[in-house]
Amino acid sequence: MRRLLLESFRGAITEAPPPCDDAMIEELARNLDRRTRAKLGRSLAIRHVDAGSCNGCELEIHALGNAYYDLERFGLRFVASPRHADVLLVTGPVTRNMREALERTYAATPDPKWVIAAGDCAANGGLFAGSYACIGAVSAVIPVDLHIPGCPPSPMHLLQGLIALLSSAVEPKA
Amino acid sequence: MSVLESLVGETQLEFHRPWPRAIVGSADWLRAISDLSAGHYELVAQWGESAAVHLALRSRSDNDLAILTLECPDGKFPSVARLHPPALRLERTIRDLHGLEPDGLDDTRPWVDHGRWGVRHPLGARQATNDGGTLYNFLPATGESLHEIGVGPVHAGIIEPGFFLFRANGEAVVRLEERLGYVHRGIEQLMIGASLDHAIRLAGRVSGDSTVAYAFAFARAAEGALDIKVPVRAAWLRAMMAEWERIANHLGDFGAICNDASFAIMQAQCAILREKVLRCCAACFGHRMMRDGITVGGVAADIDSNAISLCSRLVLEIAQRLPRLFELYDKTASLQDRTVGAGVLRCELAAQYACGGFVGRASGRRFDARKAHVFGPYDQFVFEVPVLNEGDVNARVSIRIREIEQSLSIIRQILDRLPPGPVVISSAKQDGSREGAALVEGFRGDIFAWMRIAAGKVEHCHLRDPSWFQWPLLEAAIEGNIVADFPLCNKSFNCSYAGHDL
Repeated sequence: MRRLLLESFRGAITEAPPPCDDAMIEELARNLDRRTRAKLGRSLAIRHVDAGSCNGCELEIHALGNAYYDLERFGLRFVASPRHADVLLVTGPVTRNMREALERTYAATPDPKWVIAAGDCAANGGLFAGSYACIGAVSAVIPVDLHIPGCPPSPMHLLQGLIALLSSAVEPKA
Repeated sequence: MSVLESLVGETQLEFHRPWPRAIVGSADWLRAISDLSAGHYELVAQWGESAAVHLALRSRSDNDLAILTLECPDGKFPSVARLHPPALRLERTIRDLHGLEPDGLDDTRPWVDHGRWGVRHPLGARQATNDGGTLYNFLPATGESLHEIGVGPVHAGIIEPGFFLFRANGEAVVRLEERLGYVHRGIEQLMIGASLDHAIRLAGRVSGDSTVAYAFAFARAAEGALDIKVPVRAAWLRAMMAEWERIANHLGDFGAICNDASFAIMQAQCAILREKVLRCCAACFGHRMMRDGITVGGVAADIDSNAISLCSRLVLEIAQRLPRLFELYDKTASLQDRTVGAGVLRCELAAQYACGGFVGRASGRRFDARKAHVFGPYDQFVFEVPVLNEGDVNARVSIRIREIEQSLSIIRQILDRLPPGPVVISSAKQDGSREGAALVEGFRGDIFAWMRIAAGKVEHCHLRDPSWFQWPLLEAAIEGNIVADFPLCNKSFNCSYAGHDL
């Protein structure tokens, strides 16, 4: 039985880290100043907030933890409370019913903090833009530092964005 | 003549496929409700329009399905939930969205309307209001030494938002009450006037984990309305996508349930298999979750021989690994200690709520839309519908493992005999207003779709998630369990928030 438990993990199935995306680095360079980058460090605690997603983004965020992407090897980890978080990873077209919860989660996250809007809905409301029940872009409710596009973004894209955030911290661009 | 036929009688509408819809008077409406509460029918769906209420019923004796419509020009209709509790949240939602009043309904608290939209009755006579939010009155729980635990809407994991209020006596849950609606996106309104191409993309984003099943249900309802016969190859490819989706979700949840019982190694193993499925789907269908892979009239793209061999290899690999993982689950006493006897859903309740999916089938229900309302191509495949009566977490896990095996077998049959031919047929323009309905078996249970199409546009579309009849049962199943077992029980149901809130 023990052999079964381990055999999937013999030999590395873990993907090589994806290269940084220039557009993401640029957006981050605009949004993070030198001081905050210095504080960011090499380890980040992420709190996910579903603000009206269809749950597609959540499935791919979940996949970041599997043996292929193994998020924690980069010093990135998901935490259960915004009080423990450096980064809010927000998905969905911000439904009006979730607006206050999103604002309160942001307020509960200690400074310095960063917000990543993941998925097309979080960027501009996606297909739900214009609904009576949705606000649309996350940036209409709280300040956003980085957008990761996709419907949903693949784990590789999510990883790219998160690593971009880490590397902007370590190697600030002039 | 079946029971339902006697109700719909001569008054059927002409263009409604494949089941009849009839406009009934209040006497027939009341008779239907009374027969429903007596157990002759099952409630499939209930939804509103600006001045009418629809009720989809299935006969328990022969699975016959029919839709009854009651026009309500004075804005009221006799409540179904008054006699048949499974309709309760549906009717509260009809009140919220359409402003139609269910006459005799005791519980008139808003459900999806949290007082934050800036508008009341968005699908009825719209009234502007403020959007400051309204206080929600949770039901009372009284007794000695009760304490309250409120959780949500932002939960501790990477999951969807909803609110749970636990009343507990020590560790034992006395009452759980759910409050949902946080992810209500107004999809029914966004559908109105949309082209079929746009509307099916919206349908595929109702519940991300069931994107194939929703697009499948939408497409079948639209094709019913428009009398479109989908090419055989397209129908088979749709079934393959639907079965891969079922396998991916069952694998992911099997691991996650074990993880909630602190058996993390199973999560790691299952996540690898799930990832392999998603990668295979990306290679074969162009998207990890096969989003937008089903179109009205067929599928978005054909697959080639490479894809077929890729799928064959993966079917083989999962078929080899799964029994060993299940054996590990079955023989790990610490895991069994958590899952056996936890979160029992009684068979009578599952029957009353016509609860679909593995939740129903772990509590004695035999219903599976692929068998009960045989739709192509499932009539071409040999497969079984596993059923258990225990109703606990362990039974729900076991059913899902058996279902993965059946899905693998279906995919194998598709790969062996995939018919040649085109994968899409263009739809001929149809005049007038036409209606169609469909039930498709998603991984979570039966998804109901109904729509009226006029001049190539959606006039109205209603999509009913299986979770509507599962969420209320979770409240019942958790009673008497310890609070710490809630994540385990909840995951074993895995109801959809987005699909329910719409």
